[in-house]
Amino acid sequence: MADVHLPRTLTPLFPDLPRRLDVDAATVDDAIEHLEQRWPGLRDRLCESGRPEIRPHIHFYVDRERAALDTPLASASRVDVIAAISGG
Amino acid sequence: MSRTLVLIGTRKGCFVLESDADRRDWSVRGPFCESWPVYHAVYDYESGAIFAAAASEWHGSAIWRSSDLGENWTHSSEGLAYEDGRRFSKVSTLASRHGRLLVGAEAPGIFESRDGGETFSLLTTLAGQPGSEGWDDPANQPPGHLGISGIEVHPDDESRFWAIVQGVGLWETADSGATWTPRNRGLRADWPREHEEVGFCVHKLVRADDTRMFQQNHVGMHRTDDGGATWTEITEGLPSEFGFGAAVNPHDRDTFLVVPLDPGHGRTMPEGRAAVWMTRDAGSSWQRSDRGLPQSDAHLGVLRQAMCNDTYDVPGYYFGTSTGQIFASADDGGSWQEIASYLPPISSVHAAVID
Repeated sequence: MADVHLPRTLTPLFPDLPRRLDVDAATVDDAIEHLEQRWPGLRDRLCESGRPEIRPHIHFYVDRERAALDTPLASASRVDVIAAISGG
Repeated sequence: MSRTLVLIGTRKGCFVLESDADRRDWSVRGPFCESWPVYHAVYDYESGAIFAAAASEWHGSAIWRSSDLGENWTHSSEGLAYEDGRRFSKVSTLASRHGRLLVGAEAPGIFESRDGGETFSLLTTLAGQPGSEGWDDPANQPPGHLGISGIEVHPDDESRFWAIVQGVGLWETADSGATWTPRNRGLRADWPREHEEVGFCVHKLVRADDTRMFQQNHVGMHRTDDGGATWTEITEGLPSEFGFGAAVNPHDRDTFLVVPLDPGHGRTMPEGRAAVWMTRDAGSSWQRSDRGLPQSDAHLGVLRQAMCNDTYDVPGYYFGTSTGQIFASADDGGSWQEIASYLPPISSVHAAVID
């Protein structure tokens, strides 16, 4: 199970979404899909609408390495989803 | 007694100002929508819902909805996407009538929801219209990247509405977006244009009645008396040809309000003296309305969605500034009162009267 950590800007948008949860997934994209199934609409908050791309101001790290949608997850991977510094 | 709601879209969320029919004492609630930048918030008279078009730098665009006047909110972006690879950067404007919510977006496109903002589908991209060949390219888009920057729906005919493409012009459809007609004849443009019918910078369109509309343009104020088929410039008498906000008296087709701004980089009220300018004769003459507005060191800007009217017998007007103040007139423009002072930069102001 991957250990997924979500940004604090995301959790108020979906009822009962925790900051940290375990997800059984093979890739980053697969992990997002698991979250989408439980919290419909969540994919759009992390990925470009209608496009298979992570949003430019959202960064994924898998075991501290910058990750893409197709980055594989090991059973004990840690996934950090970061809202990049932007805005003012 | 009626309740007066003024919905404020700001760079840090949506706010709700509330008063009674006297419109003297106001409460402020917010920020809502998790403090996302809100480009436009409107009240839907048919459902009693508030809708807010918001676009987060981190989490993208969504339409927020409150069915209890702001106490609780949900959001959805289901269907707010282009399937042809065009980039969906922002929801810019809303129009709610006839049981349908229209959403203007950038890249230019209009989406509709018929289930109260839960799901959306693409209605039109104005594909094939002159100018459309270049307007998806960010290099061709004006600052702000609003795409569809205004939608006005005919009150009696849901299939008929007008849409502004920022920096390109005004269009009308009579068949819910299946076909479009450019409505820019008579407008001025002080720059070269590639197409005869488009290339005009329409900032704001307001409807007086079936035939008369006014618009604040990048270069001048204009009026149409034939539903947009032709336009006549009515700038003479104003201190500036430039501005964004505009409003109408809902009971008098000859009364129209604008906020002239310096046209340079500042885009604030001339000489730091705040004023609304009104015509009561359809633009033949203009009068300055500044009673109650600051008259020194008031370098206030007002954006295109940040001015509106209410619908009382003696109509009220409202405008919000880029520095977070809301000013209101409850006496048809005779005087003004600052009803909120310390909000984030304001993008939109929308008034609703609820019985």
